[in-house]
Amino acid sequence: MNNRSPYTFQNGLKDGLPIGIGYLSVSIGLGLMCVVQGLSVFAAIFMSVVNMTSAGEVAGLSVIVAGGTLTELMISQLIVNLRYSLMSLSVSQRLDAGMNTWKRMIISFGITDEVFAVSTSKKEAVGFFYMLGLILPCMLGWTLGTSLGAVAGNIMPMMIRNALGLAIYGMFIAILVPPMRKNAAVLAATLFAAAISCCIHYLPCFSSIGAGFSIIISGVVAAAVLAVLVPYQEKEEEGVAEKK
Amino acid sequence: MTWTVFGRILAMACVTYLLRMIPMVVFRKKITSPFLISLFAYMPYTILGAMTIPAIFDATGHALSAAAGFLAAIVVAFKKESLLLTALVACLAAYLAELVLSMI
Repeated sequence: MNNRSPYTFQNGLKDGLPIGIGYLSVSIGLGLMCVVQGLSVFAAIFMSVVNMTSAGEVAGLSVIVAGGTLTELMISQLIVNLRYSLMSLSVSQRLDAGMNTWKRMIISFGITDEVFAVSTSKKEAVGFFYMLGLILPCMLGWTLGTSLGAVAGNIMPMMIRNALGLAIYGMFIAILVPPMRKNAAVLAATLFAAAISCCIHYLPCFSSIGAGFSIIISGVVAAAVLAVLVPYQEKEEEGVAEKK
Repeated sequence: MTWTVFGRILAMACVTYLLRMIPMVVFRKKITSPFLISLFAYMPYTILGAMTIPAIFDATGHALSAAAGFLAAIVVAFKKESLLLTALVACLAAYLAELVLSMI
């Protein structure tokens, strides 16, 4: 993998465009959610520009509006977005020889589930300009959608506003279901995590646990238990959301 | 209040960026511990699962319309449709459910 990547900036744009369009529609729901829960329009847009992560932003938002501590907020990001470290690690091994430290520092900002899935599924090594082309439409879509949702949120009829609140969860479900079908351990781990999360949410004895920590506890405990019981079996690119 | 919020968003962004940047810039080796490999493999899904349930049932005005969207999303995702289509169908199902509920 020492040769230069054959992929151009335009190749990247072409691969990134469908992701960007998907992000645009989903992040309308996110922008709306931010404003409904009490963030200012500018804060909502700012959050999407500097973070560009659906799950992380939803988790962060819930901690911020619940008045959680800074520690809770940062740990929630650490746990929820820890998967990006693995993805960066994988992408790192598929970068061409022209990738110096500065270029790595720039493109790593745009690593998301979908960017990871697309860039690691290419046959040849990927280069700086391909990655820029891939990430750019994603960032634009994510920011534009959040802005639309945050700005138009107040004029939208209540019923549409309510319905759009589901967009982001629809996306989560689309990421979750295919690997749950394919791998019984992933299915068990996910259901286990959901069960713990329900217990924390509904049982009065756990009412002091904030939303952020609830996600951290549920996610880590369920994954750790399954990791001990059923070591993960890799079956061709299973640990990632599929490119669609 | 506002500055606190912006500060917190920046803190979020720093953590998120470092998680993405450090492995790409610093580490070049593969993880070898079977436990850690499994933990990292399962965690994206357990995290998403815990974030979705039960929070999804509070995401619309009514737990019933949320449940309609939830079920619709599972059906569409089961057919391996795109993230976009799944999200749209979930919204549409919830909207229709809200319409029906408003007429009762």
